[in-house]
Amino acid sequence: MKLKGTQILLKALEEENVEIIFGYPGGAVLDIYDQLFKNNTKHILVRHEQGAVHAADGYARATGKVGVCLVTSGPGATNTVTGIATANMDSIPLVVFTGQVPTGLIGNDAFQECDITGITRPCTKHNFLVRSIDDLAVTIKEAFDIARSGRPGPVLIDLPKNVMAAQTEYDPANVKIRNYEAPYRPAPKKMANLLEMLMAAKSPLIMTGGGVILGKASDQLTRLARKYQIPVTGTLMGLGSFPGSDPLWMGMLGMHGTYYANMAISHCDLLLAIGVRFDDRVTGTIETFAANAKIVQIDVDPSSINKNVAVDLPIIGDTTAVLNDLLKFLDEHNYTYEAGERKEWLDQIAEWKEKVPLTYCQNGKVIKPQFVIETLHKLTKGDVIITTEVGQHQMWTAQFFTFDKPNTLITSGGLGTMGFGLPAAIGVKCAFPDKQVVDIAGDGSIQMNIQELATAAQYKINVKIVLLNNEFLGMPRQWQELFYEKRYSHTDMTYAPDFVKLAEAFGVVGLRATKPEEVEAVLKEGLALDKPVLMDFRVSREEGVYPMVHPGDSIANMSLGSREMIN
Amino acid sequence: MEKKEHIISILVHNKPDVLARIAGTLGGKGYNIESLSVNSTMQYEISKIVMTTFGTQETVTRIENQLQRLVDVIQVDDLTNVESIHREMILVRLNLTTDKKEQIKKAVDTNKWKVIVSADTYIILEITGDQSQIDFALAKLTPLGIADITRTGIIALNLEN
Ligand SMILES: Cc1ncc(C[n+]2csc(CCOP(=O)(O)OP(=O)(O)O)c2C)c(N)n1
Ligand SMILES: [Mg+2]
Repeated sequence: MKLKGTQILLKALEEENVEIIFGYPGGAVLDIYDQLFKNNTKHILVRHEQGAVHAADGYARATGKVGVCLVTSGPGATNTVTGIATANMDSIPLVVFTGQVPTGLIGNDAFQECDITGITRPCTKHNFLVRSIDDLAVTIKEAFDIARSGRPGPVLIDLPKNVMAAQTEYDPANVKIRNYEAPYRPAPKKMANLLEMLMAAKSPLIMTGGGVILGKASDQLTRLARKYQIPVTGTLMGLGSFPGSDPLWMGMLGMHGTYYANMAISHCDLLLAIGVRFDDRVTGTIETFAANAKIVQIDVDPSSINKNVAVDLPIIGDTTAVLNDLLKFLDEHNYTYEAGERKEWLDQIAEWKEKVPLTYCQNGKVIKPQFVIETLHKLTKGDVIITTEVGQHQMWTAQFFTFDKPNTLITSGGLGTMGFGLPAAIGVKCAFPDKQVVDIAGDGSIQMNIQELATAAQYKINVKIVLLNNEFLGMPRQWQELFYEKRYSHTDMTYAPDFVKLAEAFGVVGLRATKPEEVEAVLKEGLALDKPVLMDFRVSREEGVYPMVHPGDSIANMSLGSREMIN
Repeated sequence: MEKKEHIISILVHNKPDVLARIAGTLGGKGYNIESLSVNSTMQYEISKIVMTTFGTQETVTRIENQLQRLVDVIQVDDLTNVESIHREMILVRLNLTTDKKEQIKKAVDTNKWKVIVSADTYIILEITGDQSQIDFALAKLTPLGIADITRTGIIALNLEN
C-alpha cells in the first residue's frame, strides 16, 4: 500500500517505539502536525524549540531511550541548535526532525529556509536532508541506529515539505540499513596488562564518568570497586554511576571537586578512568594531573583516548562489555589485593576526608543554598530525579546531594547550558510521571527557559523547581570576586521578577522561603503538592563554591574559601 | 615530537556533503588541510579522498580518530608510514614571447616535458611527478615566465595491501 511521507514518518516512529514527541509547529511541518492530530500521537507542545530539545534530552537521559523532537523550518530549526549542541557534548541520543522548504526551493532563500544540516553539522553526531520519499523510511531507521549506537549523540533529519507530501510503498520489514555499531573485540592481552598493573599498584583509584551511565555499566563498576576495595571518584557526568553513600565514594573531582578526591588523584599510582574524556574542568593543568599514576582509560570512543591526557593502557569498547570481561578475567586469575597496602591507602583517604570535608555553615539568619540541597535530600531520601541549570547551584548540587543511582542527576556537563534544567525536568517527568522530579535552579538560568512553566501547567507535568535565588549570576560573580577584585560587571540580577507571582501567572504554584527555619516547611509543602511548584529560596547572596581549583592550576592546589561564613 | 607531512587516504560513502563534513571536522578542530584530491573509486557509492596535513604523529592520530567518528567514513589510512607512491600534476601555460621562445623550446626538449597544447603564441605543458619532481620542474619553469599554472593535490597508493 502506498503511504504519504507524513504517514510513513509516524509509522517509522512507532517501529522505533517512540512514545512521545516534544515539538512546536510551523508552516513547513503543518502536514506532519495534521497527521499527529489524526493519529492522536502523544505530543507535548513546548513554548520554545530549545525547550523541546532539552525536554527530549531529559527524557533520553532518564530512560536511556532516544528522545524525539519535531520543529518547523527556519527559525524553528535554528532555535534547536543550543539544545542539540548540549546533547552532543554529553553524548545523548536524540532524533530531531526539522521541517524544510520544498526541495525545489532549497537554495533560493525561500521564506523560512535555512541550511540547518549545514548549521548543525559540527554539533550533531550525524544529520540528513531527505531528498526523496524513497529515502525517508531508511533514513529514519538509520538515524535512530546512529543516535544510540557506539558513543551516542543527536541526529537531525531535515524534511522538505514536498517529500512529506509524496507517496511511496512502505513496509517496515523491507527497511534495511547498514550496521553502525562497531563490534566489541575482547582484548585478553590488555586484560593481562591491566591485571599486572593492578597487582603492582599500591594506591589504585577509579574515576567514573558519563560513559558508565550511558553504557549502563554501573553494576559492573560497583562490583569491581567493592570486590577489590578500590576507592571511586567521578566527574559531574559520572555522579550516580557509583553509590554516593558507599564509603568508597570520594565525591566529584576537578575544579569544584572534593579536597580528598583531588588529593587522591594526585597521589594514586594507578588510575582506572572509565567513560571519561578528561575535560579541562576535571584535570586542571594536564602536566600535574595524576602525575604519579599509570593511567588506564576505558571508553567506547577511540577519539576520546589520548585526546587530553596521555594514557598508558587504552581499552576501547562499550563500558559494560569491557567491565564484564575485566571482572571475569580478574576472577579467573584469582586477583587479590595486598590487604595491608590497601588499608594504608584507604586510611590515607580517610585522613584527607577528615582534614577537609565538604562543608558549609548554616548559622545565621540567611538561608545557605547548600542547606536547601541537603534538606531536599533528607526529605526525599534521595528518591528523586534531579535536573539542574548551570552555575553555582549546579556545583552545590553535585557536592551536597548524594546520588546513589545512575540517571538520577540530569545536568548539562559539557556545554554548561543555562536554561537546561526546567525543560529537561519536564522531559524526565513525562517518562516517569510517578517519580518526584526536581529542577535545582538559579535565578539567572531559570529566566532562560521560564516560558516552559506554561508547558508544565498545561499538561499537569508536576515538576518541582527549587530556585536557589542569590540575585546574582553567581558563578561569574564568584570569578569576579576572586580574579577581578570584586568588580561585579553585569552579574547583579537584583532586578528580577517576583518569581512567586510569575509562577502563579503561569498557573504554577509559587512558594517562598526567606529564613533558614522556613526551608523544610516550604520544601515539604512544595514536594507534597500534586501540581507543578516553583519554590523561591532567597539564599545568601555571595556564597562561594569551594573547594575551588583556580583555572590553569594543578588540581592538588585548592582554595578553600573563607571557612568563616559571613551572613 | 617531529612534525612532518602526512598523507591520509580516506574511503567515504559518496554523499553530497561528505567533503564538507571532513573539511569541517578538521577545520573546526584547528587542523589544516595542505592538499586534497577527491574522486570516486571503482564503486560509484564509495569515494576516495587523499589529503595531506602537517603535524606530529600524535596530531595525525587524533585527526584519524576524529575522521573515524564520522558516520560516512569507511576507512582511514596514514600512507606516510607504509611504502606508497605519490603523484601530483601541474598544467602550465608559457607565453611564447619573442625573447623567450627559443629558451622555452630548448627547455621542453631537454626536460622531455609533455606539450599538450601548442599554439602560435603559447604552449601548455602537463607535468606529473612526486612532490620533489614537481618542485624541481617549477624551479626550471619560473625563469621562463609562467603565464598561468594549476596544480593538483597529491594522490597516493600504497605498494602492497
Ligand atoms: C546560555 C548560557 N549563557 C551564559 C553562561 C555563562 N554562565 C555560567 S553560570 C552563569 C550564571 C548562572 O546564574 P544562576 O542561574 O543564577 O546560577 P548561580 O550561579 O547564581 O547559582 C552564567 C552566566 C552559560 N553557562 N550558559
Ligand atoms: Mg543566581
